[in-house]
Amino acid sequence: MSLARLDGETLGYGQRPVLREVQFALSRGEHVVLLGRSGAGKSTLLSRVYTQTSATDRVALVPQDHALVPQLSVARNVLMGRLDDHAAWHNLRTLVWLSGPEREGIRAYLDLVGLSDLAPRKVEALSGGQKQRVALARALCRGGALLVGDEPVSAVDETQGAALIEQLQARFDTTLTALHDVGLARRYATRLVGIGRGAILFDAPPSEVSDAQLADLYAA
Amino acid sequence: MPSLQTFTRPERPRLKVVLLFAVLALLALPFADLGMADHNPWPVVGRMALGFLQPDFSAVDAIGTAIWLTICFAVAGVALGGAVGLCLAPFYHLRPVRWLCIALRSVHELFWALMLMQILGIAPATGVLAIALPYMGIFAKVFSELLEEADQRPSEALAPKVDALSRFLFARAPLALSAMTSYTLYRLECALRSSAVLGFIGLPTLGFQLDSFFQVGDYGAASAIMICYVALIASMRIWMRVRLAPLWLLAAIVTLARYDSLPMGPGALMRFLTQDIVPAPLRHGWDFAALLDWLRPLVFDQAVPGLWATLLVAQIALALTGILAFGAFGSLVPRVTPRPLRWLGHIVLVILRSFPEYMLAYLFLQVFGPSMLPAVLALALHNGAIIAHLLGRQGETMVPGLRADAPSGLSLWGFEIAPRLSGSFLALCLYRWEIILRETAVMGLLGVATLGFFIDSAVQELRLDRALILLIATGLMTAGIDSLSRVLRRRIGGPNSSRHRADCC
Repeated sequence: MSLARLDGETLGYGQRPVLREVQFALSRGEHVVLLGRSGAGKSTLLSRVYTQTSATDRVALVPQDHALVPQLSVARNVLMGRLDDHAAWHNLRTLVWLSGPEREGIRAYLDLVGLSDLAPRKVEALSGGQKQRVALARALCRGGALLVGDEPVSAVDETQGAALIEQLQARFDTTLTALHDVGLARRYATRLVGIGRGAILFDAPPSEVSDAQLADLYAA
Repeated sequence: MPSLQTFTRPERPRLKVVLLFAVLALLALPFADLGMADHNPWPVVGRMALGFLQPDFSAVDAIGTAIWLTICFAVAGVALGGAVGLCLAPFYHLRPVRWLCIALRSVHELFWALMLMQILGIAPATGVLAIALPYMGIFAKVFSELLEEADQRPSEALAPKVDALSRFLFARAPLALSAMTSYTLYRLECALRSSAVLGFIGLPTLGFQLDSFFQVGDYGAASAIMICYVALIASMRIWMRVRLAPLWLLAAIVTLARYDSLPMGPGALMRFLTQDIVPAPLRHGWDFAALLDWLRPLVFDQAVPGLWATLLVAQIALALTGILAFGAFGSLVPRVTPRPLRWLGHIVLVILRSFPEYMLAYLFLQVFGPSMLPAVLALALHNGAIIAHLLGRQGETMVPGLRADAPSGLSLWGFEIAPRLSGSFLALCLYRWEIILRETAVMGLLGVATLGFFIDSAVQELRLDRALILLIATGLMTAGIDSLSRVLRRRIGGPNSSRHRADCC
């Protein structure tokens, strides 16, 4: 069953088209990875799919710049994945005070990304890699039918990156991520989508994507 | 034949603006009453100087009470204005809210106090509201700008269905919080000045005490209270900490609540709204002809002359402000001025900055007698000191980055510092244009024939309907100059306003 479908749409910022006549579909159960040079249009496609799907489904998002609130604690930032589950007065209360069980609940998600000790710390005091893991914990806390991630493991080392991708795939039925690590992508994707020259260049399972195709994608 | 290179005349919008204002000020000079009449200032100056050199702190009770009440009104006014402003800020893009805020802040604190006294009498609420009402409008505007300038990405990353309040509290307010806090602290400094000045029209703050010392010629005590006042403002960042703010607020509320004031008769508010401020000819039914007859002398004998005098004083003061600021800021810059002189410059500017224009004008009035001169001098010295201070600070940060073989002294100022800061200088002057105008209008309360003079007279005669019309005229003038200044600032392409916003009272 299809979660998202783009049928010949042209995507871009304002007047400037980035991707022309995109044919793209995302079905439940798939783990799709977008590949391509920076500026090729991966983020454009991701944000289009996010807007389309989040109108009807519960979608978790990991933006490239993390979009955390540096002045708030790690725990509050994780909690922000779930603000739409509660009424405003409840959110106001959790902003001021978290109960024991609520704390434990948030800790569980921080455990998954290896940050459980940092819950009360302010995000502005964290390193780049730690911030990225907070953004991942926020997405895990949100949960849902789909995870959309823009370079979700770019700031952590390879081993951690692989472990985190595994976490995401274990928790989300369907994922759509942009990755720059081709090895990681080949290992975990059910489908690879190559984007370059303003279009989708290939869209196939990893086994059917040749090294030559990849070299061509990253060549000038 | 060598090709003739054609040079297009460079556009020099800044020079044009400077010339425009210089010419306006020169044109205004012959019309302005800047004389000292038959007033011989020297005996007063002598006695004042003697008094100021021998500050007399023996009236410590009166001084202490006046200063404490000055703080209380300022703290309570800023708290109320800030709280309401924060609530209005998210809605500032809505036209009715924006207009309400513009109207609130286009009326000077002293004018608010004059009108509020008609409803509440000389009561704590009068002082608190006189500060809080215009500050609401200012806080709403500035907070909305700070919220807009803050990082929008966290809010955009939230799920689309998150409600507006949670979105604001989690993903918008925390990002602007520190900027809003420091702006609020800055506003408190402004409020300390406003609060002191409210004393001149009868509230029990510093201005009232200063006025009473002057009335009896006790210059020693006046000197003492002014020294305390400068110390109070200069040390504000030490005694006012964010964590302590609730305690200060609590103390202020307790003090003001215990303050005895004469209660107004019941129904004062209703009478004010349904009778006092309704134009006299309309109180017993609609009569258009009578309204015109009532309006005509009001406009032509009061509003227009008041506006004219206000503009005369303001334009001369603005030009003088510019000259003083441009001439003085070099005295704060390292490598231009040696260290001991820099310290002297800082001290003089701190003193001039601490005293609000109105208070300086009051002092000069004692010396020079009634004319436009005290107003012009007070406005130019205070505003010039502020601009010089800001430029000096920019110059300070600029010096370490200059090439190692740059000259020093006046040459450095002339060739390196002044040209680089000229855009900033002009933007600051334009920014203060509106402020100078607001303050000029209010100086009418001291007897200069600006708009405030006519407003004050109308209030004294209990013709509040006339006062209201004149207040509206004043507000329109301020708002008009504000937008004109914005147009000019955009045209000269100076640094954007938000960098200067934090230093505008």
